Amino acid sequence: MLRLPTFEVVQPTALEAALEALAEPDAVAVAGGTDLLPNLKHRLAYPRRLVSLARVEGLARAPEVEADGTLVLRAGATLARVAADRRVRTIAPSLAEAAGRVASPLIRNMATIGGNVNLDTRCRYVNQTAFWRSAIGGCLKSEGQVCHVVPKGRNCVAALSSDTVPVLLSLDARLVQRAAGGRRREIDVASYFHADGTAHLLREPGEITWEIRIPPAVQPRRTAYVKWSVRGSIDFPLVSVALRADLEEDRDDAPVVGWRVVAGVLGSKPRVVKVPPAATGAPLADPAVAEAVAEAVHRQCKPLENVPYEAAYRRKLARVLVRRAVARLGGRDTAR
Amino acid sequence: MPDDPKKPGGIVRPGADVDLDAPQVARGQWLDGPPSIVGRTHRKVGAMDRMQGIARYTDDRKLPGMLHAKLKRSPHAHARIVAIDTSKALAMDGVFAVITGRDLPEPYGIIPWTKDETALCVEKALFVGDPVAAVAAVDEDTAIAACDAIEVTYEVLEPIFDPEEAIFRGDENKINPFARRGNLTKHVHLEFGDVDAAMAAADLVVEGEYYFEGTTHAAIEPHCALAHYGADGILTVWSATQVTHYLHRELARVLGVPANRIRVIQPPLGGAFGGKSEPFDLEFCVAKLAMITRRPVKLLYTREEVFYSHRGRHPMKMRYRTGFSKDGRILALDAKTILDGGAYASFGLVTTYYSGQLVCAPYEVATYRFDSSRAYTNKPACGPKRGHGSVQPRFAMEVQLDKAAEALGIDPIELRRRNHMGENRVTVNGFRVGSNGFLECLDAVERASNWKEKRAHLPYGRGVGVAGSTYISGTNYPIYPNDMPQAAVQICLDRSGRARVFSGANDIGQGSDTMLAVLVAEELGLRLEDVRVLSADTDLCPVDLGAYSSRVTLMVGNACLQAARRLRRKVQTSVAKRWEIPRRRVTLAGGEALDLEDPTRRVPMAEAIAWAEADHGLLGEVGSYNTPKDRHGDYRGGTIGASPAYSFTAHVAEVAVDPETGIVTVETIWVAHDCGTCLSRRVVEGQMEGSAYMGFGEAIMEQHRVDPAHGGVHAGPSLLDYRIPTTLDTPRIEAHVVEAPDPNGPYGAKEAGEGPLHPSIPAIANAIYDAVGVRMDAMPFSPPRVLEALEARRAAEAADAVPPWKADRRGEG
Repeated sequence: MLRLPTFEVVQPTALEAALEALAEPDAVAVAGGTDLLPNLKHRLAYPRRLVSLARVEGLARAPEVEADGTLVLRAGATLARVAADRRVRTIAPSLAEAAGRVASPLIRNMATIGGNVNLDTRCRYVNQTAFWRSAIGGCLKSEGQVCHVVPKGRNCVAALSSDTVPVLLSLDARLVQRAAGGRRREIDVASYFHADGTAHLLREPGEITWEIRIPPAVQPRRTAYVKWSVRGSIDFPLVSVALRADLEEDRDDAPVVGWRVVAGVLGSKPRVVKVPPAATGAPLADPAVAEAVAEAVHRQCKPLENVPYEAAYRRKLARVLVRRAVARLGGRDTAR
Repeated sequence: MPDDPKKPGGIVRPGADVDLDAPQVARGQWLDGPPSIVGRTHRKVGAMDRMQGIARYTDDRKLPGMLHAKLKRSPHAHARIVAIDTSKALAMDGVFAVITGRDLPEPYGIIPWTKDETALCVEKALFVGDPVAAVAAVDEDTAIAACDAIEVTYEVLEPIFDPEEAIFRGDENKINPFARRGNLTKHVHLEFGDVDAAMAAADLVVEGEYYFEGTTHAAIEPHCALAHYGADGILTVWSATQVTHYLHRELARVLGVPANRIRVIQPPLGGAFGGKSEPFDLEFCVAKLAMITRRPVKLLYTREEVFYSHRGRHPMKMRYRTGFSKDGRILALDAKTILDGGAYASFGLVTTYYSGQLVCAPYEVATYRFDSSRAYTNKPACGPKRGHGSVQPRFAMEVQLDKAAEALGIDPIELRRRNHMGENRVTVNGFRVGSNGFLECLDAVERASNWKEKRAHLPYGRGVGVAGSTYISGTNYPIYPNDMPQAAVQICLDRSGRARVFSGANDIGQGSDTMLAVLVAEELGLRLEDVRVLSADTDLCPVDLGAYSSRVTLMVGNACLQAARRLRRKVQTSVAKRWEIPRRRVTLAGGEALDLEDPTRRVPMAEAIAWAEADHGLLGEVGSYNTPKDRHGDYRGGTIGASPAYSFTAHVAEVAVDPETGIVTVETIWVAHDCGTCLSRRVVEGQMEGSAYMGFGEAIMEQHRVDPAHGGVHAGPSLLDYRIPTTLDTPRIEAHVVEAPDPNGPYGAKEAGEGPLHPSIPAIANAIYDAVGVRMDAMPFSPPRVLEALEARRAAEAADAVPPWKADRRGEG
């Protein structure tokens, strides 16, 4: 079995104590640990102190709906809980779907929604043992100076591999970030990521995600999460697209008035796909609508060989799966 | 109960759904003989310990003062070791010993003619991950830090990853220093009959090139070894091995310790599948480090290290030409195969033979030639995996048959029936086949799958495919030539009414201890729970060769029957004496001794055994087994593939292929397997299901390979990147047990652990063809590859080069 490096663990119960502990140098927050601990076993970081968020009061509180309809998830809610929660399933079904497709049941029982939002980027040349990486001389994200995905590339393109981030972005979610000294800020999920796989989160030092706020729909809508991986469980996504169609009325056959389509597992940040006008004005069941959305995804989403599967195939597959998902939203099932 | 081993007569066969805790047969309810436990459903020996988490695997063992060992590995795929500086590591607190290749220079190898590896590299490192030094330290973290402190100076050499290039360039760039002929481990060329003439006369010649991607075992328990060197000079090694005896021999040779001072113990094993069937570096290293430090030393591989030890299936490039008559008979088969062996020979000499020797049966092949070459390459070494060497050629063979069936307009099952070789026949390459239930297997899967209906009516995108196979029930000869028995056991009865079976065989999860217990219980009339199988400890047990080539049930089973029959006779004699009746009237069944002519007269076995112990002294008997020597032809290599009995299998697979994405969903696999007499139904079914599952994973998703573009690193040495199917991915598997008892098997039993895997892959390939009209001749049948084939077919259809597939059975989708 791979060994963990040695570190100190603190388990505060008060949020402020946790945030103060995180303000120390070399301290790293850990919630479920399902992303961090394997990465530590792979020696991708050597934190001096882990600050466990598991016992922080209020962090794991059940999802709530505020008076204006905003769905509030505390970051410490497990993915299993998010996937099963009645409010989430009603208000944000694509989020419940995505949370329920992360990894395996055992991992979802440990992993938190906040952890999934803050999941580190992944790459076939990074998420290996230190010995393995030493055989290729490391890379931009580990011990080296080169990129093995984009030869001569100076920018790390490790893949955003969270299942929930594209969905949250498609739902215009906002994050409430907390840091020591009572600092609190809100940021759009859309603004939380940038295209550098070595530091893809615009997270300030010592900051944790406290809440995820999903605003109420201003328009009737239909949503879906499209995930493909080789196996039905365990795997990170190889195709990951969140779909949100805003409708004129709350009927499956109402005309679409707008789209929010977001893809993951490309580079280090989620990509918001620009959907052309051809995809609106007609109902979801109109094949032209599905085709236009799928075509836009295909044109704008170019997977890289950063995750262990053929990029060209992933691109083709995204197009087919998105087209089918749109058709399904419109009540047509074109999958065999 | 019959004493005739050929007939399992008088067996009561209830259905498979039996309450395991219910009394086995109610008193006085004999249907056609005394109660029998053969063929029933039993709780597997040791199963409850595993289910409850109390089985103690090798890594669960801890000894006082135990040290932990770690291996330092080469980051280069091919490099000369110029110098190793261990001084910094040795100076560290908590480090007890550091060894390098020079401390264990004696080469070893499971096959006596290809001893080509050392516990640690001496001269050169041959693949990324080849171990060059070992450390024993007070704990794992210290050992890891000490490994990091070892400084190795390498002269990096050019690696070769392509097997054909390796053979071609063997003179100028020889990989393995012990190799005799460049980079060629073994070349086999055998011809039976005039292939060229038969091919020329054939009505149809099917030619195909096939590629079998390498796969690995992925046993859940990583390799682990623990050594203790006692003050009495006895070296004890506990190891997760499936070949205690061969390990014992090689430890003696490499360490220079006499075999009679070494004890090897195999604790319960968490899977092996062939991946633990030879000695490994860690076993020598812990033994050597224990001898140096005089402390117990343990080494547990990480999952990554399991991938480096590998010994999985060889990638094979196979070029097949098969000649047929108009009515579908196989007139000629000409096979040319390149095996990519990796850095060491392992079982490769034998694998090279197996790549050709087992492909003919169950069919009558009139003339046959095969030419196989195994290459050394700078990759983790390949070796035996469930269905050693014969799974790959079976893929080629059965797809060839499918292609012929189509070309000749014959149903693929019918084509196989026409070529059925039958029982008591000799194959073209000289193997004597006894019982043969292949036709029944074909019938069973045809019926169960509703084959005819599905072939005729399944729409475009759905299909069924068939494949058949044969496998050995043990290899006829031991790995090192000798005239001693192939299997031996000792059985003791005592007055508690219990039998203890001392067997050197390795239960690796396949259930062999259960098979032995069933045989002994049956023969001695004991209840299954009254038989204790004490196995795989070289101090307690007679020599057995281990768990490989599906040998244990047949060989050790026969040895058990011999010993048990000797004991039975003693007990019968003592009971007969007390009842004053002839011995023949006494039978032992259901935990009692009974008078066959007066079933009201009975005595519990414990008492009967006590009488016998009073008459004969301690009740212990030995039994041994040796193979018949008339099973094969008289030519070099003719012994490889020879077996006392052959099992037969047929599969039908039903698949759905998504024409837009190339994603193949295997929905159902019907498996029919002739295991001879079925000794324990659920264990047999479990082996059939596990085999089909494993073959399915190899067919659809598994890829064991290195990355030549990055210096030959393993493409993903983890169970995240090396994907094996989860329960969600696994098809419905339906096991149909077919019984064609073989006179050479105990009560007629043959193997069930490896044979049922073989048809998985070609049945799926053939089903994909039936579904969408594309031939998948290279594995795995992953979505990108299937989609590429579909796009090529669509282009050809658009160009009118081929007709649209299932044009009359397409929906609108």
